Amino acid sequence: MQLPDPEELFEVLAKKIHAAKIPDIALVGIHTGGVWLAQRLHQRLGIEHPLGMLDVSFYRDDFDKRGLRAHVKPSAIPFDVEKVNILLVDDVLYTGRTIRAAINELFDYGRPGCIHLAALIDRGGRQLPIAPQYVGTELKIPDEKMLELRQDADGKLSLKIYDKNFDE
Amino acid sequence: MNSKNPQLNENGALKHLLTTEGLPISVLLHILDTAESFVGVTERDVKKIPLLRGKSIFNLFFEPSTRTRTTFEIAAKRLSADVINLNIAASSESKGETLLDTVNNLSAMNADMFVVRHSQSGAAHLIAKHARSDIRVINAGDGSHAHPTQALLDMFTIRRYKRDFHNLRVAIIGDILHSRVARSEIHALTTLGVPEVRVIAPKTLLPKMVERLGVHVYHSLEKGLKDIDVLMMLRLQNERMTGANLPSFEEYFKYYGLTPEKLSLARKDAIVMHPGPMNRGVEIDSAVADGKQSVILPQVTFGIAVRMAVMSILAGSQT
Repeated sequence: MQLPDPEELFEVLAKKIHAAKIPDIALVGIHTGGVWLAQRLHQRLGIEHPLGMLDVSFYRDDFDKRGLRAHVKPSAIPFDVEKVNILLVDDVLYTGRTIRAAINELFDYGRPGCIHLAALIDRGGRQLPIAPQYVGTELKIPDEKMLELRQDADGKLSLKIYDKNFDE
Repeated sequence: MNSKNPQLNENGALKHLLTTEGLPISVLLHILDTAESFVGVTERDVKKIPLLRGKSIFNLFFEPSTRTRTTFEIAAKRLSADVINLNIAASSESKGETLLDTVNNLSAMNADMFVVRHSQSGAAHLIAKHARSDIRVINAGDGSHAHPTQALLDMFTIRRYKRDFHNLRVAIIGDILHSRVARSEIHALTTLGVPEVRVIAPKTLLPKMVERLGVHVYHSLEKGLKDIDVLMMLRLQNERMTGANLPSFEEYFKYYGLTPEKLSLARKDAIVMHPGPMNRGVEIDSAVADGKQSVILPQVTFGIAVRMAVMSILAGSQT
């Protein structure tokens, strides 16, 4: 399967977000790929609020089946979320369960003004009523495949597709 | 249950936390790393996460303890678990019920986890062995055997202040003989790669053949503190002492009490730890306990994050 170049997708996504001119916007990346993208967007768009990061492991709905992942990273929201417009950034949007967990976690920090969602790739397959405002591209990926964003030592992004051994 | 180590399941994942002895370094680091994420949670406005929602955690305290029980209770509540505190010293046992009958009764009330404190060494092991296979057990102190969560929160504190275990000299000072904390600390420090662990105590407060645990023995505080990076003070456990282990508290303080003068013999950036409750003027001088090298209160704060980490790792491990 021919995969798009994530560097080009990032350009598309950044332009869309820039054009939307969301006032008083703060970025929150979802670990791990979402944080890479959010860091770049933060720089590119010259965002004033410091960058936020979420690891949604403590809010996942499959804890009973899967337990805790080996490397949970600390979440950090270094700004007051009260009334701020938050742009959540993730790499691949799929079932929507990660976003559900991220929204729940954000509300434990306070009550944001609104939450927007940006994803590099929307691969479909939603199991929850969640829709992104900004996407790099839509790409139909079969359910038995995993699509993963990777970053090399120089910060260059690439996409990897492989057979799923377990559920998302 | 894993036949070699009852704390681990067939995949080597932590199922019960009974002792730090024999736990692989990967398990210790997993707990410390997970706790790091929970520190962030405890600094938020809403200090609660939904991870253990619907789980029932029973605090089984066969021996009185306020502080440890409270930190376990806070940890469980911050994970959204339901917590049931049982002060069994004052109930079933005095009516003659056996330990395992008590446990079977509580299991029948759909417990998911037991946090056990008992004056007999091995009590938590016994419960882990006999409880239903889906129940997780945390040892919150058994006799003079082990107190693994205290040791883990101490390791977490050391890592926070000293970053790396591999270039440290650590001294454990005081009543080693009665201390389950000391034993658990020695095992954890050794596994995490601390090259030199010293114990400093009078002969009467050291267990026989303590050198077998891989520690260096000192009877003089002055000599033992040279080049030390971390001082782990222990409480003088007068309630466990039988006979004449000590002439008097005054005399103990004179030789083993940590004063600012004695502390100055250690490295300038050394940190001072104490598991609490402190006997001021017995094992530690107030000027040290409240001084700028003291990390005694941060230990308490980190203790909640570490216990949250242990509970969530256990609750998520498969049978």
